[in-house]
Amino acid sequence: MREEAEAGLALYDVTVRHHGPFGPVTAVDGVSLEVPRGTTVGLVGESGSGKSTLARAVVGLDSPCAGRITVGGREYRGRRAADRRRLGQQVQLVFQDPDTALDPRMTVRQSLAEAAGAFVRLDRRSREQRIGGLLELVGLDAGCADRVPRQLSGGQRQRVAVARALAVDPAVLIADEVTSALDVSVRAALLTTLRDLQRRMGFAMLFISHDLAAVRQVSDVVAVMYLGRIVETAATENLLRGPRHPYTRTLLSAVPSLHAGRRPVGEPLLPGEVPDPASPPTGCRFHPRCPVGPNRRPERDVCAARDPQQEAAGQPHRAACHFPYPADACPPHVVSVHQNADGDRTPRTPGDLPS
Amino acid sequence: MVLSSPSPLTPRATAGRSRATRSGWSTPMGVITLVMLGSLAVLAVAGAVLWGQAADRPDPSAVLRAPTASHLLGTDHLGRDLLARLLSATWLSLLPAVAATLLGATAGITLGSLTAVVGGRARRLLGALINLLLAFPALLVAMFFAALFGAGAGGAVCALAVACAPGFARITQTLAAKVAGTDFMAAARVLGLRRHRLLLRHVLPHIAEPLMLNTTVATGSALVALSGLSFLGLGVQPPSYDWGLLLSQGLDRIYTEPLPAVAPGIAIVYAAVAFQLLGEMLAGAAARRVRPRQSEEPALHPARTGVPEAADHVLEVEDLRVALPTAEGVVRPVRGVTLALRRGEMVGLVGESGSGKSLTALAIADLLPDGACATWGTHRFLGTDADSLSRRERRRQLATGMAMIFQNPASAFNPSLRIGTQMTEAVRAHHRTPRAQAVEQALAQLQRVALPGGRRLLRSRPFQLSGGQRQRVAIAAASMMRPDLIVADEPTTALDVTVQRQIMDLLHGVRRDDATAILFISHDIALVADACDRVLVMYGGTIVENLPAHELATGARHPYTRMLVASVPDLATDRDHPLHTIEGRPPDPCGTAPGCPFHDRCPHRVDRCAVESPVLSALDPEHEVACWQPLAPAQFHGQRETEEAEQ
Amino acid sequence: MTTVSARLGALARRHPWVVFCCRRAVRLTVSLFVVVTASFAMIRLVPGDPVRAALGVDAPPDLVAAKRHELGLDHGLSAQYWRYLRHLTHGDLGVSLVTGEPVADLIRARLPATLLLAVLAFACVLVVALPGGLLAAVWTREGRRPRAELAFTATTSVMAGVPDFVLAAGLTAGLAVALRIFPVAGDLGPQSYVLPVLALALAPTAVLLRIVRVETLKVLATDYLRAARAKRLSAVPLYLRHVAPNTLTASLTVAGNLLPALIAGTVLVEKVFAWPGIGSAMAQSVAAQDYAVVEASVLVLGSAVLVVNFLVDLALALLDPRSVIRET
Repeated sequence: MREEAEAGLALYDVTVRHHGPFGPVTAVDGVSLEVPRGTTVGLVGESGSGKSTLARAVVGLDSPCAGRITVGGREYRGRRAADRRRLGQQVQLVFQDPDTALDPRMTVRQSLAEAAGAFVRLDRRSREQRIGGLLELVGLDAGCADRVPRQLSGGQRQRVAVARALAVDPAVLIADEVTSALDVSVRAALLTTLRDLQRRMGFAMLFISHDLAAVRQVSDVVAVMYLGRIVETAATENLLRGPRHPYTRTLLSAVPSLHAGRRPVGEPLLPGEVPDPASPPTGCRFHPRCPVGPNRRPERDVCAARDPQQEAAGQPHRAACHFPYPADACPPHVVSVHQNADGDRTPRTPGDLPS
Repeated sequence: MVLSSPSPLTPRATAGRSRATRSGWSTPMGVITLVMLGSLAVLAVAGAVLWGQAADRPDPSAVLRAPTASHLLGTDHLGRDLLARLLSATWLSLLPAVAATLLGATAGITLGSLTAVVGGRARRLLGALINLLLAFPALLVAMFFAALFGAGAGGAVCALAVACAPGFARITQTLAAKVAGTDFMAAARVLGLRRHRLLLRHVLPHIAEPLMLNTTVATGSALVALSGLSFLGLGVQPPSYDWGLLLSQGLDRIYTEPLPAVAPGIAIVYAAVAFQLLGEMLAGAAARRVRPRQSEEPALHPARTGVPEAADHVLEVEDLRVALPTAEGVVRPVRGVTLALRRGEMVGLVGESGSGKSLTALAIADLLPDGACATWGTHRFLGTDADSLSRRERRRQLATGMAMIFQNPASAFNPSLRIGTQMTEAVRAHHRTPRAQAVEQALAQLQRVALPGGRRLLRSRPFQLSGGQRQRVAIAAASMMRPDLIVADEPTTALDVTVQRQIMDLLHGVRRDDATAILFISHDIALVADACDRVLVMYGGTIVENLPAHELATGARHPYTRMLVASVPDLATDRDHPLHTIEGRPPDPCGTAPGCPFHDRCPHRVDRCAVESPVLSALDPEHEVACWQPLAPAQFHGQRETEEAEQ
Repeated sequence: MTTVSARLGALARRHPWVVFCCRRAVRLTVSLFVVVTASFAMIRLVPGDPVRAALGVDAPPDLVAAKRHELGLDHGLSAQYWRYLRHLTHGDLGVSLVTGEPVADLIRARLPATLLLAVLAFACVLVVALPGGLLAAVWTREGRRPRAELAFTATTSVMAGVPDFVLAAGLTAGLAVALRIFPVAGDLGPQSYVLPVLALALAPTAVLLRIVRVETLKVLATDYLRAARAKRLSAVPLYLRHVAPNTLTASLTVAGNLLPALIAGTVLVEKVFAWPGIGSAMAQSVAAQDYAVVEASVLVLGSAVLVVNFLVDLALALLDPRSVIRET
């Protein structure tokens, strides 16, 4: 384990269950993840993969039924208001939808004042200073302070939400799909702001999104989630240039790109639907849909029988797969760009990759 | 606020706006409500003082008199004047009702807000308790408790308070749960705010308004229920009296003299309706704050220019404009869109929110919301001018020639109809296909979109399918008619990337097999560049650039398109290169300023941009741009070039 | 614990209907138990001595004592409760304090008249309000015809504000006494149903009309209706097939809640029309302080309401299978 000073947020075997309509649903299943201070970890996954549940568990809105969550090396357990307050001082969350994240009846000033005064007593002057400072931090002008949320644009609201989260000087910031409700041009500006803030203030950030391109823009390390589990973790460029898990590869190849060549029209990439998280498949959870799994290659029956474990935490590039790709096999999107440069325009599909 | 009727010269739009901002109290209904409530208040305060003595003065000489000039409602069995009794009973009828409601509301709201504050198990128990209490009609509960507490005004008030408390508890519980589920409440909890602060600062202010409204309506019901209890003999006891008791006494002689029974009845109705109307006004005032208002806008018919008819064009639209009345006045989200689609072509219409792309699609499909007004220079579908067709012919043409796929697969299917019905009803209605044959067609289409299940799937209901499956069904349903044009309005926005990929493949398949033209609307510029043949970039209600998709990344000539492209994070670009951002805000759709819609955000603007709006003009046969000074291709130093230069 | 809930979850997934019906049955049983207990408690909790109150202040003490013994009021509470439950299972509701007749006979004779009245009134409410509200919504959608909308709102709010017993009195005065079109009181054949049913049904009709209209407006604004419009169906299939079923579920839920209130409302209306039902019996016994009859009437009416609620829930679940899944 790393030193405490370096430790921002760490999750060890965290499991979260929901009360589903048909009994408990394991939304997050034994997830271990580390977000050292001063770095950003991107968490990627499709809807239903449990990434938002994980975020809620970290900030204490859901309570994990197994595993440990530590912030700065300390564990914050307990459901009492005092425990929640201690945790709130350390970890803050920014939500997806800027329309509902702010109390529609409170002005920006009131919202920020409530957050800034949540843990420390501030007199009027220092509070005003703090609010001014926060607005400047997220790139809003002071005139916004007396507006209510509906007088602000989506991007501005999201900036206020970020400012509110940063008002308590948290050690960890969780950004849960913060850019997915925003327009492209606004999204770019918010991503840039978040990255700058993180570098300047040095907090640990868990950036959750389904948008791989946005994750790539801000993250140092990327973790990919599928059906409640992390299937692959690696440094951003390593993961994008050499994904080892078949799910990561299909995910990457599905991302449309302005710069990639035209894709061939063919059979759907991933067969079937995402399985019901209430009754996940046995063994590897991806095996029924895996393009290189037992459905395509019958000799790989181990995938249905045994659960692949992620390699040891110390490894820089971990994949939970019995038959991972070697780390240097290029994914389709990188292939097309690099080969464009060479003048070769043959696109490659994941089907013909070495295994 | 001036209440005079608008002069004939005032445009309707202004009248609409003044109606929207005018407070509800100055409407006729508001005045009536205020007068009714005021008269009740005056009677409640002054009634007993003015007529109390007359009401209690017995007159043995005038027992059970019919109405006369001196006794307008007649007299009762002791010869007391019934009108005086009726008027002086006002406070005894109103006060207990108000008291019972306030007591019940306090108890109920306390119980209901407890559910928002306490932990899981206690909350479930409380919820079950409220459910149980609610199963019994309030009147029955009130009768039960009135009998328990003993007949009398006090007992009846307590009984009624007990009876109406569960209703308040339920509505508070529901409202509080709604607030508790919002993101801003979650944010407040993450901030570690204490429970009482959450309740006072965030929950109660949001539910106060509907609760007050509910209290008003409940007061009316309480008044009626109390009169009912008195009528049954469980409420106010003689010698005291209220309207219910007077009604009960009047009823005994209704065969001979109806007025002594009818008059208290009218009094009860009057008060009940007054409270009902007050609730109505409060609810209306709350709704007015969010509801847009109707107004009509004189149709703008610009001079026809007429596009030359091209043989292979499925759709040609020139100078399409849409005006939409809202609370802030008339909005013009679409301001002169010109586009054409060839047979079998997939054209992307891309723009940020508010650029008018969805309304353009709805206008093309003739599905604009009521009140919205579309005008065009030319609108030619399948070679036929829309203006030359009757309404009926046009509907038929659109029904058979055009299909739509909507954004949200979760809400685009009727939840109560089977998939089969929804897939086949269009062909059955317009092609008169027999049922069995329509089902066969539907099965074939499902096969094509790779949905297993066949007839079982046709029998299922939308909620049994996942989002991706539903969107595939939508594509299958759209191609049932073999349309010449499919308008797909953000069909993949609500879906995951891997599912998006499947849907895009299917759309390509439909286009290839049936030579269907597809107008693909999206905010995702990378997706459009990836999937379409041609891209139309929309900004501020106009199309600013029309270019082949493969040129989008590097060959765009309009400054907006370039900046948009540069702001898209991409998996293949240099990560340390900062993303481009576009300063400023998109133009106000209400605004009427002349000039290029992008000029105030454009780094390349010249003086002309602010005064004259550029028209879409061709740079080469495949590339049109609406800009006075299109950027030269060499001028562009986008990310890709930078990257290549570094290499 | 986990395995039990997991097993229950599996059961729920496979047979949502079984779980739904079980839950509803449990809820019904608990509520019935509450009603039984409440009706038992009533006579014991009434302030003062109900027996003396019923027999009159000047009744001889030994008569009162005999009556108390007869009713079992001189035993301990738990013994009394068991006795009550035991008698109840045999259909024995005790005897009237005033007349000494068995209460069960009275109920048996009068319940059908009350139920018939309530069912007829409820049918009227549905027949008028469901199509009426739909038409009103289509007519006034998206702010068209603001005058018609105002008239609708004003009329229905006045109608909803008129209490049933007041309306009953007014109808009696107007149509029965003055114009002599309908009989004043009692059950004298079909024409005597008109006024009580009208009095009972008017206010709920107004309430339901408004709700159907609001629900229809909601459906008219949905995405799926826009999708249906894109198919250019003609008006009748559009409204009947696409709008009506979706409006129906929400409207019937509200209607289901109106029915119990309607049953309770019979008490007052029956008194006005001297209708030979449970309600008028209850009103009379309240006046006579005959708590044995009041107690039994509360029990019967309360149970009727609960059973009706149960049936309405089942009917709604049949109409809208999603509710079963939501619930379980």
